[in-house]
Amino acid sequence: MPNVQLAKASEPFCFSTQIQLPELTGLKARNVKELLEHIKTVPGSVIYHHTHRFLQQHQYLSPEPANDFAYWVSEVLQDKKLGEKLAGINTCEFNTIRALRERIISTIETSLEKSKGALREAYEGEEFYFIKSNSFIFPTPYVATDLEEFARLLKKVTIHSIYFHMFEARIRLEKGNDDFSVWLETSLREKELAKKITKLDPYTYTMEGLREKIIQFVEDRIAKLKASEEQTVSVRPTSEKREP
Amino acid sequence: MPQLKDYEAIVGTQVIDELRLLADKVKGWSVQMVNSTAVGGGVAEILNRMTPFLNELGINARWDVIKGGEQFYKVTKKFHNALHGKAEDVTPEDFSIFNETNEMNNKTLEITADIAYIHDPQPIGLIHQKDHKKAKWLWRCHIDVSNPNERVWSFLRPFIDRYDSAVFSAPAFSQELPIRQFLISPSIDPLSDKNRELGQETIEGVLKRFQIDPGKPIVTQISRFDYLKDPLGVIEAFEMVQRNIDCQLILAGGEATDDPEGSEVLAKVRERARDNPDVHVLAIPSGSDIEINALQRASSVVVQKSIKEGFGLTVAEALWKARPVVASAVGGITLQVAHKYSGLLCHSVEGAALAIKQLLQNPEYAAKLGQNGREHIRQNYLLTRHLRDYLLLFLSLFYGGDIIRL
Repeated sequence: MPNVQLAKASEPFCFSTQIQLPELTGLKARNVKELLEHIKTVPGSVIYHHTHRFLQQHQYLSPEPANDFAYWVSEVLQDKKLGEKLAGINTCEFNTIRALRERIISTIETSLEKSKGALREAYEGEEFYFIKSNSFIFPTPYVATDLEEFARLLKKVTIHSIYFHMFEARIRLEKGNDDFSVWLETSLREKELAKKITKLDPYTYTMEGLREKIIQFVEDRIAKLKASEEQTVSVRPTSEKREP
Repeated sequence: MPQLKDYEAIVGTQVIDELRLLADKVKGWSVQMVNSTAVGGGVAEILNRMTPFLNELGINARWDVIKGGEQFYKVTKKFHNALHGKAEDVTPEDFSIFNETNEMNNKTLEITADIAYIHDPQPIGLIHQKDHKKAKWLWRCHIDVSNPNERVWSFLRPFIDRYDSAVFSAPAFSQELPIRQFLISPSIDPLSDKNRELGQETIEGVLKRFQIDPGKPIVTQISRFDYLKDPLGVIEAFEMVQRNIDCQLILAGGEATDDPEGSEVLAKVRERARDNPDVHVLAIPSGSDIEINALQRASSVVVQKSIKEGFGLTVAEALWKARPVVASAVGGITLQVAHKYSGLLCHSVEGAALAIKQLLQNPEYAAKLGQNGREHIRQNYLLTRHLRDYLLLFLSLFYGGDIIRL
């Protein structure tokens, strides 16, 4: 079998990773009204924590519980309707925490208007505690220069690294897209492959499931490139064969 | 003593690699841990495990213990109870004794490291060295201070406020403070006797020793005999379950030799269980880690029906063994059990009984919750995560902002 060389990237992909240290704010809510007041005023890193924590902490669950607000409203306050609405907020539609916060606020406000002042209270100890996320970002030694290396390293890095490039880069660092798609498109001109990854709703996968899905996309593409290259290689000598 | 590479098979090579990568950022820093006892108690257990691992990661970590007399420890025991919200008669003399012992320790225990990591209230007064030391100061509170006695808390506040950061085990323990507060949960060691894998013959041997029928479903609560763990409520819930399901209950905990209240609770539990041959009340010596491990592994359901709980490491232990758990929604338990995902939460005796029945009658559902629980512990409550949080905590002292590029 011929040794097919894949195209090299114009810029290598350097895998980074991030780890979070939660910081307590001392703020808590006993009912939806208090929840709303705090959501309006807390730093963006608090909203980020409560809409993304489950992804890393409950990465084995499928389907994963939605954001912390939805879980608390449904399971503690037993307001299933508002809980469902909050869970239904499609986080991947938002490119900034600001925009996501606005949607959460309007969802709760609409529910409060309809409830006409009747509030469910959480039991003592089951209040909603506001927590802030601190991200520590640092480079890993893993660098990919072509698709094969990229696929191999995707299997090797921690899920924190996958998380960083797929979630944190897009919404917290406000890059608008995930790092993988950007690199594939700009440095390898793999437009279709990049589009496939961009189109994923990463919030509906477990982290390991997401890793597998991306690897599968990349490996399918490698197989396709190799097959077409082999075909080209094997077609050439055949065309040169002389008729007996 | 295990080394970090021994954990690779459990958490994955990638996790250990990442830990080492992070440790490179703090390599050579020195950290001085200080608490009030070298043996006994959860804090000593944590420091005993964590200090060698920090050294393995290239941090110059040492562990010192303050000195104090009998009177001082009587006072700090009072403080401990008061911070848990219990009514205690704390006198001005008690505060004086506390201050005197702390001043004495300030003369004999010198903080020389880059980071002073002070555990619990007993050594909190070492902060007085802050003025003439370049160290950064951390106060680690292992106590549930969600509803502290106002007098004791107010006494401690001037000390706490001088630290650079504080660390608590559960969100409910945080207070409005002028310093940064971090959330670091405790952890379990998957290679310790209490948590490591056991052979079937060991488990059966333990059951035989305690005269427990291995053929009948077992419901277990492991905890000391304390009203806050609600052992009588557990028996009540179990008897509701027994009306429909033939099963047995184990209530196992450390022997209460030095705690008069503990002996009283144990006596009441024994009295309550006297006429029910399916309720096994086991007062076992502290340090019976393999026995506890075996009892948890033999259980169909593990219960933790606490009325108040700090973190509740017994829940983490049970989940790590993939046991389905029914637990009260209090303290740190809610961090470990996401209702219907990694166990069932309850708020009453009736709720506990219903949840136990649901799990006993639906073994596939119970197994799924148990498996999810084990993964949740693997990702979040093992010693390796705890070490990682320590490293981040040390870094946080030197970096501002919420996005830190190292």
